[in-house]
Amino acid sequence: MTSVVEVEDLAKRYGDRTALDGVSFTIERGETFALLGPNGAGKSTTIEILEGYRRRSGGTARVLGVDPGTAGVDWKARIGIVLQSSTEAGTATVREMLAHVASFFPSPRPVDETLEAVGLTDDARTRIRALSGGRRRRLDVALGIVGRPELLFLDEPTTGFDPEARRRFWDLVTRLKHEGTTILLTTHYLDEAAELSDRVAVIASGRLLDIGPVDGIGSPEARIPIVRWRDGDGLHEVRTGEPATLVARLVESAGREPRDVEIRRPSLEEVYLRLIEDGGGA
Amino acid sequence: MTVAERRALRPGRTLRLGAGRVVWEVRQYFRERDTVFFTFLFPTVIFLVFAAAFSSRDPIGVRPDGTGGISVAAYYLPGLVAAGVVLSGIQNLGIAIAQERSDGTLKRLGGSPLPVVSYFIGKAGSVLVTAAIQLVLLLAVAHLLFGVALPGDATHWFRFAWVFLLSILMAAVLGIGISGIPRTGRSASAVIVPILLVLQFVSGVYFTFSDLPDWLQTVAGFFPVKWVAQGMRSAFLPERFAAAEQHGTWDLGTAALVLVAWTVVGLVAARLTFRWVRRDG
Repeated sequence: MTSVVEVEDLAKRYGDRTALDGVSFTIERGETFALLGPNGAGKSTTIEILEGYRRRSGGTARVLGVDPGTAGVDWKARIGIVLQSSTEAGTATVREMLAHVASFFPSPRPVDETLEAVGLTDDARTRIRALSGGRRRRLDVALGIVGRPELLFLDEPTTGFDPEARRRFWDLVTRLKHEGTTILLTTHYLDEAAELSDRVAVIASGRLLDIGPVDGIGSPEARIPIVRWRDGDGLHEVRTGEPATLVARLVESAGREPRDVEIRRPSLEEVYLRLIEDGGGA
Repeated sequence: MTVAERRALRPGRTLRLGAGRVVWEVRQYFRERDTVFFTFLFPTVIFLVFAAAFSSRDPIGVRPDGTGGISVAAYYLPGLVAAGVVLSGIQNLGIAIAQERSDGTLKRLGGSPLPVVSYFIGKAGSVLVTAAIQLVLLLAVAHLLFGVALPGDATHWFRFAWVFLLSILMAAVLGIGISGIPRTGRSASAVIVPILLVLQFVSGVYFTFSDLPDWLQTVAGFFPVKWVAQGMRSAFLPERFAAAEQHGTWDLGTAALVLVAWTVVGLVAARLTFRWVRRDG
Protein backbone atom coordinates (compact mmCIF):
# COMPACT_ATOMS: atom_id res chain seq x y z
CA MET A 1 0.00 0.00 0.00
CA THR A 2 1.40 3.37 -0.97
CA SER A 3 1.00 6.45 1.15
CA VAL A 4 -1.30 9.14 -0.20
CA VAL A 5 0.55 11.90 1.61
CA GLU A 6 4.23 11.76 2.51
CA VAL A 7 5.75 14.73 4.29
CA GLU A 8 9.38 14.71 5.37
CA ASP A 9 11.05 17.45 7.37
CA LEU A 10 8.70 20.11 5.98
CA ALA A 11 9.71 23.72 6.68
CA LYS A 12 8.23 27.09 5.88
CA ARG A 13 9.81 30.44 6.65
CA TYR A 14 8.39 33.90 6.03
CA GLY A 15 11.45 36.13 6.19
CA ASP A 16 12.87 35.59 9.68
CA ARG A 17 9.76 33.98 11.06
CA THR A 18 9.61 30.19 11.05
CA ALA A 19 6.08 28.95 10.49
CA LEU A 20 6.90 25.26 10.14
CA ASP A 21 9.96 23.34 11.11
CA GLY A 22 10.79 19.67 10.66
CA VAL A 23 7.25 18.37 10.29
CA SER A 24 7.03 14.77 9.05
CA PHE A 25 4.07 12.45 8.67
CA THR A 26 2.41 10.09 6.23
CA ILE A 27 -1.25 9.43 5.50
CA GLU A 28 -2.25 6.04 4.15
CA ARG A 29 -4.92 5.39 1.55
CA GLY A 30 -8.41 5.44 3.07
CA GLU A 31 -7.24 7.00 6.29
CA THR A 32 -8.77 10.05 7.96
CA PHE A 33 -6.04 12.13 9.47
CA ALA A 34 -6.61 15.18 11.66
CA LEU A 35 -4.14 17.98 12.09
CA LEU A 36 -4.67 19.68 15.44
CA GLY A 37 -3.08 22.69 17.02
CA PRO A 38 -3.75 26.18 18.31
CA ASN A 39 -4.28 29.17 16.01
CA GLY A 40 -1.07 30.08 14.24
CA ALA A 41 0.48 26.66 14.91
CA GLY A 42 1.07 25.98 11.23
CA LYS A 43 -1.95 23.79 10.39
CA SER A 44 -3.15 25.92 7.52
CA THR A 45 0.38 26.48 6.26
CA THR A 46 0.87 22.70 6.16
CA ILE A 47 -2.44 22.02 4.43
CA GLU A 48 -1.93 24.83 1.91
CA ILE A 49 1.51 23.52 1.00
CA LEU A 50 -0.05 20.09 0.39
CA GLU A 51 -2.88 21.66 -1.65
CA GLY A 52 -0.29 23.37 -3.86
CA TYR A 53 -1.12 26.93 -2.82
CA ARG A 54 2.08 27.69 -0.96
CA ARG A 55 5.67 26.84 -1.62
CA ARG A 56 7.65 25.08 1.05
CA SER A 57 11.00 26.45 2.20
CA GLY A 58 12.48 23.06 2.97
CA GLY A 59 11.86 19.33 3.18
CA THR A 60 9.89 17.14 0.80
CA ALA A 61 6.20 16.69 0.21
CA ARG A 62 4.45 14.11 -1.98
CA VAL A 63 0.71 14.05 -2.45
CA LEU A 64 -0.67 11.17 -4.52
CA GLY A 65 2.93 10.57 -5.50
CA VAL A 66 3.44 14.08 -6.90
CA ASP A 67 5.15 17.21 -5.59
CA PRO A 68 2.22 19.57 -4.94
CA GLY A 69 4.43 22.59 -5.67
CA THR A 70 4.61 21.69 -9.36
CA ALA A 71 1.54 19.47 -9.83
CA GLY A 72 -0.75 20.03 -12.78
CA VAL A 73 -4.44 19.77 -13.59
CA ASP A 74 -4.49 15.95 -13.75
CA TRP A 75 -3.37 15.89 -10.15
CA LYS A 76 -5.92 18.54 -9.19
CA ALA A 77 -8.66 16.34 -10.66
CA ARG A 78 -7.81 13.72 -7.99
CA ILE A 79 -8.01 16.01 -4.97
CA GLY A 80 -10.84 17.97 -3.37
CA ILE A 81 -10.30 21.14 -1.39
CA VAL A 82 -12.53 22.75 1.21
CA LEU A 83 -10.79 26.01 2.03
CA GLN A 84 -10.90 27.59 5.45
CA SER A 85 -12.95 30.54 4.29
CA SER A 86 -14.68 31.65 1.16
CA THR A 87 -15.98 35.12 0.56
CA GLU A 88 -17.08 35.08 -3.05
CA ALA A 89 -20.49 36.72 -3.23
CA GLY A 90 -21.71 35.04 -6.36
CA THR A 91 -24.82 35.84 -8.34
CA ALA A 92 -24.91 32.20 -9.43
CA THR A 93 -27.30 29.78 -7.78
CA VAL A 94 -26.09 26.89 -5.68
CA ARG A 95 -26.95 24.37 -8.39
CA GLU A 96 -25.30 26.41 -11.16
CA MET A 97 -22.09 26.79 -9.21
CA LEU A 98 -21.95 23.11 -8.33
CA ALA A 99 -22.73 21.98 -11.88
CA HIS A 100 -20.11 24.38 -13.24
CA VAL A 101 -17.33 23.17 -10.94
CA ALA A 102 -18.42 19.55 -11.53
CA SER A 103 -17.81 20.07 -15.26
CA PHE A 104 -14.07 20.56 -14.56
CA PHE A 105 -13.72 16.98 -13.32
CA PRO A 106 -13.50 13.81 -15.41
CA SER A 107 -16.08 11.76 -13.47
CA PRO A 108 -17.95 13.99 -11.06
CA ARG A 109 -20.55 12.99 -8.54
CA PRO A 110 -24.08 13.78 -9.79
CA VAL A 111 -25.09 17.30 -8.74
CA ASP A 112 -28.36 16.27 -7.10
CA GLU A 113 -26.64 13.53 -5.12
CA THR A 114 -24.04 16.04 -3.92
CA LEU A 115 -26.69 18.58 -2.91
CA GLU A 116 -28.52 15.86 -1.03
CA ALA A 117 -25.33 14.73 0.70
CA VAL A 118 -24.66 18.17 2.18
CA GLY A 119 -28.32 18.98 2.80
CA LEU A 120 -28.66 21.79 0.28
CA THR A 121 -31.40 20.28 -1.89
CA ASP A 122 -33.89 22.94 -0.81
CA ASP A 123 -31.40 25.70 -1.60
CA ALA A 124 -30.52 24.48 -5.09
CA ARG A 125 -32.05 27.57 -6.68
CA THR A 126 -30.85 30.06 -4.06
CA ARG A 127 -28.26 32.61 -5.14
CA ILE A 128 -24.98 32.03 -3.34
CA ARG A 129 -24.85 35.56 -1.95
CA ALA A 130 -28.21 34.98 -0.26
CA LEU A 131 -27.03 31.90 1.68
CA SER A 132 -26.46 32.03 5.43
CA GLY A 133 -22.92 31.44 6.70
CA GLY A 134 -23.55 27.82 7.66
CA ARG A 135 -25.19 27.01 4.32
CA ARG A 136 -22.35 28.65 2.43
CA ARG A 137 -20.03 26.35 4.29
CA ARG A 138 -22.09 23.37 3.17
CA LEU A 139 -21.71 24.60 -0.39
CA ASP A 140 -17.93 24.76 0.15
CA VAL A 141 -18.04 21.14 1.26
CA ALA A 142 -20.22 20.22 -1.74
CA LEU A 143 -17.72 21.87 -4.11
CA GLY A 144 -14.91 19.94 -2.41
CA ILE A 145 -16.52 16.53 -2.89
CA VAL A 146 -18.29 16.94 -6.25
CA GLY A 147 -15.20 15.76 -8.16
CA ARG A 148 -15.09 12.41 -6.28
CA PRO A 149 -11.61 13.14 -4.93
CA GLU A 150 -9.25 10.40 -3.85
CA LEU A 151 -7.90 12.82 -1.26
CA LEU A 152 -10.07 15.42 0.41
CA PHE A 153 -8.68 18.40 2.30
CA LEU A 154 -11.03 19.78 4.93
CA ASP A 155 -9.71 22.96 6.53
CA GLU A 156 -11.94 23.71 9.54
CA PRO A 157 -14.98 22.47 7.67
CA THR A 158 -17.67 22.83 10.34
CA THR A 159 -17.00 26.38 11.50
CA GLY A 160 -20.39 28.08 11.75
CA PHE A 161 -22.40 24.84 11.71
CA ASP A 162 -25.17 24.29 14.22
CA PRO A 163 -24.98 21.00 16.17
CA GLU A 164 -27.40 19.22 13.85
CA ALA A 165 -25.50 20.33 10.75
CA ARG A 166 -22.27 19.11 12.33
CA ARG A 167 -23.81 15.68 12.97
CA ARG A 168 -24.94 15.51 9.35
CA PHE A 169 -21.50 16.54 8.24
CA TRP A 170 -19.94 13.80 10.35
CA ASP A 171 -22.27 11.28 8.72
CA LEU A 172 -21.18 12.56 5.34
CA VAL A 173 -17.48 12.21 6.19
CA THR A 174 -18.14 8.71 7.45
CA ARG A 175 -19.80 7.86 4.13
CA LEU A 176 -16.87 9.32 2.20
CA LYS A 177 -14.55 7.18 4.31
CA HIS A 178 -16.55 4.10 3.42
CA GLU A 179 -16.19 5.04 -0.25
CA GLY A 180 -12.44 4.91 0.32
CA THR A 181 -11.70 8.64 0.33
CA THR A 182 -8.53 9.65 2.15
CA ILE A 183 -9.18 12.73 4.28
CA LEU A 184 -6.90 15.35 5.78
CA LEU A 185 -8.82 17.39 8.31
CA THR A 186 -7.99 20.37 10.46
CA THR A 187 -10.41 21.38 13.18
CA HIS A 188 -10.66 23.21 16.46
CA TYR A 189 -13.36 20.82 17.66
CA LEU A 190 -11.55 17.98 19.42
CA ASP A 191 -14.73 15.92 19.62
CA GLU A 192 -14.92 16.17 15.85
CA ALA A 193 -11.35 14.94 15.46
CA ALA A 194 -12.02 12.11 17.93
CA GLU A 195 -15.22 11.10 16.14
CA LEU A 196 -13.87 11.16 12.60
CA SER A 197 -10.17 10.49 12.52
CA ASP A 198 -8.09 7.34 12.57
CA ARG A 199 -4.96 9.23 13.55
CA VAL A 200 -4.17 12.73 14.70
CA ALA A 201 -1.08 14.91 14.69
CA VAL A 202 -0.68 17.81 17.07
CA ILE A 203 1.41 20.76 15.99
CA ALA A 204 2.26 23.90 17.93
CA SER A 205 4.57 26.75 16.95
CA GLY A 206 5.32 25.00 13.69
CA ARG A 207 6.60 21.77 15.28
CA LEU A 208 5.05 18.35 15.44
CA LEU A 209 4.39 17.56 19.13
CA ASP A 210 2.85 14.14 18.75
CA ILE A 211 1.26 11.83 16.25
CA GLY A 212 -0.73 8.64 16.65
CA PRO A 213 -4.17 7.07 16.92
CA VAL A 214 -6.80 9.18 18.69
CA ASP A 215 -6.49 7.06 21.85
CA GLY A 216 -2.72 6.83 21.58
CA ILE A 217 -1.40 10.37 21.66
CA GLY A 218 -0.14 12.24 24.68
CA SER A 219 1.85 10.81 27.55
CA PRO A 220 0.53 7.58 29.15
CA GLU A 221 -0.05 9.57 32.35
CA ALA A 222 -2.28 12.00 30.52
CA ARG A 223 -4.54 9.14 29.49
CA ILE A 224 -4.94 7.54 32.98
CA PRO A 225 -8.68 7.32 33.78
CA ILE A 226 -10.18 9.67 36.35
CA VAL A 227 -12.54 8.56 39.13
CA ARG A 228 -14.73 11.16 40.79
CA TRP A 229 -17.11 10.86 43.68
CA ARG A 230 -18.55 12.91 46.51
CA ASP A 231 -18.65 12.17 50.24
CA GLY A 232 -18.87 14.10 53.51
CA ASP A 233 -15.51 15.77 52.81
CA GLY A 234 -16.61 17.07 49.41
CA LEU A 235 -15.63 16.19 45.83
CA HIS A 236 -12.74 13.77 45.22
CA GLU A 237 -10.88 13.16 42.00
CA VAL A 238 -8.31 10.39 41.67
CA ARG A 239 -6.44 9.19 38.62
CA THR A 240 -5.85 5.47 38.52
CA GLY A 241 -5.12 2.73 36.04
CA GLU A 242 -7.59 0.47 37.87
CA PRO A 243 -10.73 2.59 38.22
CA ALA A 244 -13.19 -0.29 38.73
CA THR A 245 -11.10 -1.64 41.61
CA LEU A 246 -11.08 1.80 43.20
CA VAL A 247 -14.86 2.13 42.93
CA ALA A 248 -15.33 -1.35 44.40
CA ARG A 249 -13.14 -0.38 47.31
CA LEU A 250 -15.12 2.81 47.84
CA VAL A 251 -18.38 0.89 48.00
CA GLU A 252 -16.87 -1.60 50.40
CA SER A 253 -15.43 0.98 52.81
CA ALA A 254 -18.49 3.23 52.82
CA GLY A 255 -20.87 0.30 52.94
CA ARG A 256 -23.15 2.02 50.41
CA GLU A 257 -23.25 3.59 46.95
CA PRO A 258 -20.98 6.68 46.83
CA ARG A 259 -22.64 9.88 45.57
CA ASP A 260 -22.05 11.25 42.04
CA VAL A 261 -19.60 8.51 41.12
CA GLU A 262 -18.07 8.88 37.71
CA ILE A 263 -15.31 7.04 35.80
CA ARG A 264 -13.97 8.94 32.86
CA ARG A 265 -11.19 8.45 30.35
CA PRO A 266 -9.54 11.78 29.57
CA SER A 267 -11.02 13.13 26.35
CA LEU A 268 -8.87 13.94 23.34
CA GLU A 269 -9.39 17.56 24.33
CA GLU A 270 -7.83 17.08 27.76
CA VAL A 271 -4.92 15.08 26.39
CA TYR A 272 -4.47 17.68 23.69
CA LEU A 273 -4.53 20.64 26.06
CA ARG A 274 -1.95 18.99 28.24
CA LEU A 275 0.24 18.30 25.22
CA ILE A 276 0.04 21.92 24.12
CA GLU A 277 0.76 23.11 27.64
CA ASP A 278 3.83 20.87 28.00
CA GLY A 279 4.94 21.44 24.40
CA GLY A 280 4.54 25.19 24.59
CA GLY A 281 7.19 25.43 27.30
CA ALA A 282 9.66 23.36 25.30
CA MET B 1 5.53 20.09 -17.81
CA THR B 2 4.95 16.45 -17.02
CA VAL B 3 3.52 13.93 -19.44
CA ALA B 4 0.34 13.76 -17.39
CA GLU B 5 0.01 17.50 -17.52
CA ARG B 6 0.42 17.61 -21.27
CA ARG B 7 -2.26 14.98 -21.60
CA ALA B 8 -4.61 16.98 -19.43
CA LEU B 9 -3.94 20.10 -21.44
CA ARG B 10 -5.07 18.46 -24.64
CA PRO B 11 -6.79 21.18 -26.63
CA GLY B 12 -10.24 19.55 -26.68
CA ARG B 13 -10.74 19.68 -22.96
CA THR B 14 -9.19 23.13 -22.60
CA LEU B 15 -11.47 24.53 -25.32
CA ARG B 16 -14.59 22.82 -24.00
CA LEU B 17 -14.01 24.14 -20.51
CA GLY B 18 -13.10 27.54 -22.00
CA ALA B 19 -16.44 27.66 -23.82
CA GLY B 20 -18.20 26.73 -20.59
CA ARG B 21 -16.39 29.56 -18.85
CA VAL B 22 -17.52 32.06 -21.52
CA VAL B 23 -21.17 31.18 -20.88
CA TRP B 24 -20.57 31.33 -17.13
CA GLU B 25 -18.78 34.69 -17.24
CA VAL B 26 -21.33 36.36 -19.52
CA ARG B 27 -24.19 35.22 -17.31
CA GLN B 28 -22.42 36.48 -14.17
CA TYR B 29 -21.68 39.80 -15.89
CA PHE B 30 -25.28 40.52 -16.77
CA ARG B 31 -26.49 39.54 -13.33
CA GLU B 32 -24.41 42.22 -11.65
CA ARG B 33 -26.79 45.13 -12.13
CA ASP B 34 -24.31 47.84 -11.21
CA THR B 35 -21.65 46.65 -13.66
CA VAL B 36 -24.27 46.42 -16.38
CA PHE B 37 -25.22 50.02 -15.80
CA PHE B 38 -21.85 51.61 -15.24
CA THR B 39 -19.65 49.69 -17.60
CA PHE B 40 -21.94 48.17 -20.19
CA LEU B 41 -24.00 51.30 -20.87
CA PHE B 42 -21.12 53.73 -20.30
CA PRO B 43 -20.07 54.39 -23.94
CA THR B 44 -23.71 54.81 -24.99
CA VAL B 45 -24.42 57.21 -22.13
CA ILE B 46 -21.30 59.28 -22.89
CA PHE B 47 -22.26 59.31 -26.56
CA LEU B 48 -25.73 60.62 -25.67
CA VAL B 49 -24.17 63.33 -23.49
CA PHE B 50 -21.75 64.42 -26.25
CA ALA B 51 -24.34 64.26 -28.98
CA ALA B 52 -26.78 66.33 -26.94
CA ALA B 53 -24.20 68.82 -25.70
CA PHE B 54 -22.78 69.56 -29.15
CA SER B 55 -25.96 69.17 -31.16
CA SER B 56 -25.98 72.85 -32.13
CA ARG B 57 -22.33 72.91 -33.25
CA ASP B 58 -21.52 73.32 -36.92
CA PRO B 59 -20.61 70.17 -38.85
CA ILE B 60 -16.97 69.14 -38.84
CA GLY B 61 -14.77 68.83 -41.94
CA VAL B 62 -16.93 70.84 -44.31
CA ARG B 63 -15.48 71.26 -47.81
CA PRO B 64 -14.89 74.80 -49.08
CA ASP B 65 -18.08 74.46 -51.08
CA GLY B 66 -20.06 73.84 -47.88
CA THR B 67 -20.73 70.10 -48.40
CA GLY B 68 -19.38 66.87 -46.85
CA GLY B 69 -19.38 67.91 -43.19
CA ILE B 70 -20.30 65.39 -40.49
CA SER B 71 -22.03 66.05 -37.18
CA VAL B 72 -20.06 66.25 -33.95
CA ALA B 73 -21.87 63.09 -32.85
CA ALA B 74 -20.60 61.26 -35.92
CA TYR B 75 -17.10 62.58 -35.28
CA TYR B 76 -17.05 61.26 -31.71
CA LEU B 77 -18.51 57.86 -32.48
CA PRO B 78 -15.23 56.08 -33.44
CA GLY B 79 -13.57 57.36 -30.26
CA LEU B 80 -16.37 56.01 -28.11
CA VAL B 81 -16.27 52.66 -29.91
CA ALA B 82 -12.56 52.56 -29.04
CA ALA B 83 -13.34 53.57 -25.45
CA GLY B 84 -15.84 50.72 -25.20
CA VAL B 85 -13.24 48.20 -26.32
CA VAL B 86 -10.60 49.52 -23.94
CA LEU B 87 -12.97 49.79 -20.98
CA SER B 88 -14.53 46.34 -21.45
CA GLY B 89 -11.22 44.68 -22.08
CA ILE B 90 -8.48 46.26 -20.08
CA GLN B 91 -10.23 48.19 -17.34
CA ASN B 92 -13.20 46.02 -16.40
CA LEU B 93 -11.36 42.79 -16.89
CA GLY B 94 -8.30 43.97 -14.95
CA ILE B 95 -10.44 45.09 -12.02
CA ALA B 96 -12.67 42.03 -12.13
CA ILE B 97 -9.73 39.61 -12.03
CA ALA B 98 -8.04 41.55 -9.19
CA GLN B 99 -11.28 41.29 -7.24
CA GLU B 100 -11.65 37.59 -8.01
CA ARG B 101 -8.14 37.11 -6.70
CA SER B 102 -8.96 38.85 -3.46
CA ASP B 103 -12.40 37.34 -2.83
CA GLY B 104 -11.15 33.76 -3.19
CA THR B 105 -12.74 32.95 -6.57
CA LEU B 106 -9.33 32.40 -8.14
CA LYS B 107 -8.10 30.40 -5.17
CA ARG B 108 -11.00 28.02 -5.62
CA LEU B 109 -10.49 27.75 -9.38
CA GLY B 110 -6.74 27.32 -8.86
CA GLY B 111 -7.40 24.29 -6.65
CA SER B 112 -9.65 22.74 -9.30
CA PRO B 113 -8.59 21.02 -12.53
CA LEU B 114 -9.65 24.03 -14.62
CA PRO B 115 -6.72 24.78 -16.98
CA VAL B 116 -5.52 28.35 -16.72
CA VAL B 117 -5.87 28.72 -20.48
CA SER B 118 -9.58 27.81 -20.21
CA TYR B 119 -9.93 30.56 -17.66
CA PHE B 120 -8.26 33.01 -20.05
CA ILE B 121 -10.52 31.87 -22.90
CA GLY B 122 -13.51 32.45 -20.66
CA LYS B 123 -12.39 35.97 -19.87
CA ALA B 124 -11.48 36.90 -23.45
CA GLY B 125 -14.65 35.31 -24.83
CA SER B 126 -16.89 37.09 -22.35
CA VAL B 127 -15.22 40.41 -23.18
CA LEU B 128 -15.82 39.75 -26.86
CA VAL B 129 -19.48 38.95 -26.30
CA THR B 130 -20.20 41.85 -23.94
CA ALA B 131 -18.23 44.36 -26.03
CA ALA B 132 -20.02 43.25 -29.21
CA ILE B 133 -23.45 43.69 -27.63
CA GLN B 134 -22.34 47.00 -26.16
CA LEU B 135 -21.22 48.10 -29.60
CA VAL B 136 -24.47 47.10 -31.31
CA LEU B 137 -26.32 49.22 -28.76
CA LEU B 138 -24.02 52.20 -29.28
CA LEU B 139 -24.22 51.98 -33.08
CA ALA B 140 -27.99 51.57 -32.98
CA VAL B 141 -28.39 54.66 -30.81
CA ALA B 142 -25.98 56.68 -32.96
CA HIS B 143 -27.53 55.60 -36.25
CA LEU B 144 -31.21 55.53 -35.38
CA LEU B 145 -31.42 58.52 -33.03
CA PHE B 146 -28.74 60.80 -34.43
CA GLY B 147 -28.52 59.73 -38.05
CA VAL B 148 -24.81 58.92 -37.83
CA ALA B 149 -23.63 57.09 -40.91
CA LEU B 150 -22.34 53.52 -40.42
CA PRO B 151 -19.46 52.21 -42.54
CA GLY B 152 -20.68 52.54 -46.10
CA ASP B 153 -19.08 49.59 -47.91
CA ALA B 154 -17.42 46.22 -47.45
CA THR B 155 -13.93 47.74 -47.21
CA HIS B 156 -14.92 49.89 -44.28
CA TRP B 157 -16.85 47.11 -42.54
CA PHE B 158 -13.85 44.88 -42.99
CA ARG B 159 -11.58 47.51 -41.42
CA PHE B 160 -14.05 47.82 -38.58
CA ALA B 161 -14.17 44.03 -38.07
CA TRP B 162 -10.44 43.39 -37.91
CA VAL B 163 -9.70 46.45 -35.79
CA PHE B 164 -12.49 45.42 -33.40
CA LEU B 165 -11.49 41.76 -33.12
CA LEU B 166 -7.78 42.46 -32.79
CA SER B 167 -8.39 45.23 -30.24
CA ILE B 168 -10.65 43.03 -28.16
CA LEU B 169 -8.14 40.21 -28.09
CA MET B 170 -5.37 42.66 -27.19
CA ALA B 171 -7.50 44.37 -24.54
CA ALA B 172 -8.42 41.03 -22.95
CA VAL B 173 -4.84 39.82 -22.62
CA LEU B 174 -3.71 43.24 -21.37
CA GLY B 175 -6.56 43.14 -18.85
CA ILE B 176 -5.31 39.78 -17.57
CA GLY B 177 -1.76 41.14 -17.49
CA ILE B 178 -2.69 44.34 -15.65
CA SER B 179 -4.74 42.49 -13.03
CA GLY B 180 -1.59 41.51 -11.16
CA ILE B 181 -0.59 45.11 -10.44
CA PRO B 182 -3.13 46.05 -7.74
CA ARG B 183 -2.19 44.41 -4.45
CA THR B 184 -5.80 44.05 -3.31
CA GLY B 185 -9.20 43.88 -4.94
CA ARG B 186 -10.21 47.04 -3.14
CA SER B 187 -7.34 49.07 -4.61
CA ALA B 188 -7.93 47.68 -8.11
CA SER B 189 -10.12 50.53 -9.39
CA ALA B 190 -7.84 53.16 -7.88
CA VAL B 191 -4.80 51.66 -9.61
CA ILE B 192 -6.25 50.70 -12.98
CA VAL B 193 -8.77 53.45 -13.79
CA PRO B 194 -6.27 56.37 -13.82
CA ILE B 195 -3.86 54.51 -16.13
CA LEU B 196 -6.64 53.94 -18.63
CA LEU B 197 -8.07 57.43 -18.21
CA VAL B 198 -4.74 59.07 -19.06
CA LEU B 199 -4.31 56.75 -22.04
CA GLN B 200 -7.78 57.49 -23.33
CA PHE B 201 -7.24 61.25 -23.09
CA VAL B 202 -3.83 61.34 -24.75
CA SER B 203 -5.11 58.94 -27.41
CA GLY B 204 -7.88 61.25 -28.54
CA VAL B 205 -10.81 59.15 -27.46
CA TYR B 206 -12.78 62.02 -25.92
CA PHE B 207 -11.73 64.88 -28.16
CA THR B 208 -10.01 65.68 -31.41
CA PHE B 209 -6.74 63.81 -31.52
CA SER B 210 -5.26 66.11 -34.15
CA ASP B 211 -5.64 69.05 -31.72
CA LEU B 212 -3.00 67.52 -29.45
CA PRO B 213 0.58 68.80 -29.72
CA ASP B 214 2.67 66.77 -32.11
CA TRP B 215 5.02 65.36 -29.44
CA LEU B 216 2.04 64.09 -27.41
CA GLN B 217 0.62 62.43 -30.52
CA THR B 218 3.98 60.72 -30.96
CA VAL B 219 4.01 59.55 -27.33
CA ALA B 220 0.43 58.27 -27.67
CA GLY B 221 1.58 56.37 -30.74
CA PHE B 222 3.59 53.99 -28.55
CA PHE B 223 0.42 52.90 -26.75
CA PRO B 224 -2.40 50.89 -28.21
CA VAL B 225 -5.44 53.06 -27.47
CA LYS B 226 -4.50 55.68 -30.06
CA TRP B 227 -4.37 52.99 -32.74
CA VAL B 228 -7.71 51.48 -31.77
CA ALA B 229 -9.27 54.95 -32.06
CA GLN B 230 -7.48 55.67 -35.35
CA GLY B 231 -8.50 52.31 -36.78
CA MET B 232 -12.11 53.02 -35.84
CA ARG B 233 -11.91 56.47 -37.44
CA SER B 234 -10.69 54.81 -40.63
CA ALA B 235 -13.81 52.64 -40.60
CA PHE B 236 -16.39 55.28 -39.68
CA LEU B 237 -15.17 58.64 -41.01
CA PRO B 238 -15.06 59.78 -44.64
CA GLU B 239 -11.76 58.93 -46.36
CA ARG B 240 -10.58 62.53 -46.68
CA PHE B 241 -10.48 62.83 -42.85
CA ALA B 242 -7.30 60.78 -43.04
CA ALA B 243 -5.52 64.03 -43.93
CA ALA B 244 -6.06 65.18 -40.32
CA GLU B 245 -4.13 62.22 -38.88
CA GLN B 246 -0.56 62.70 -37.72
CA HIS B 247 0.98 61.41 -40.94
CA GLY B 248 -1.86 62.35 -43.20
CA THR B 249 -3.01 58.75 -43.71
CA TRP B 250 -4.91 56.13 -41.66
CA ASP B 251 -1.65 54.26 -41.15
CA LEU B 252 -3.52 50.95 -40.87
CA GLY B 253 -0.35 48.90 -41.31
CA THR B 254 1.20 50.57 -38.27
CA ALA B 255 -2.07 50.17 -36.39
CA ALA B 256 -2.09 46.42 -37.02
CA LEU B 257 1.56 46.13 -36.07
CA VAL B 258 1.15 48.05 -32.80
CA LEU B 259 -1.99 46.12 -31.82
CA VAL B 260 -0.31 42.77 -32.53
CA ALA B 261 2.79 43.86 -30.62
CA TRP B 262 0.73 44.83 -27.57
CA THR B 263 -1.21 41.57 -27.84
CA VAL B 264 2.06 39.67 -27.66
CA VAL B 265 3.21 41.82 -24.72
CA GLY B 266 -0.12 41.12 -23.02
CA LEU B 267 0.07 37.37 -23.67
CA VAL B 268 3.60 37.11 -22.32
CA ALA B 269 2.73 39.26 -19.30
CA ALA B 270 -0.44 37.25 -18.64
CA ARG B 271 1.33 33.90 -18.90
CA LEU B 272 4.33 34.98 -16.83
CA THR B 273 2.64 37.02 -14.11
CA PHE B 274 -0.76 35.39 -13.74
CA ARG B 275 -1.14 33.56 -10.43
CA TRP B 276 -4.26 31.96 -9.02
CA VAL B 277 -3.13 33.18 -5.60
CA ARG B 278 -0.57 35.75 -4.53
CA ARG B 279 2.69 33.98 -3.82
CA ASP B 280 3.87 34.48 -0.29
CA GLY B 281 7.61 34.66 -0.89
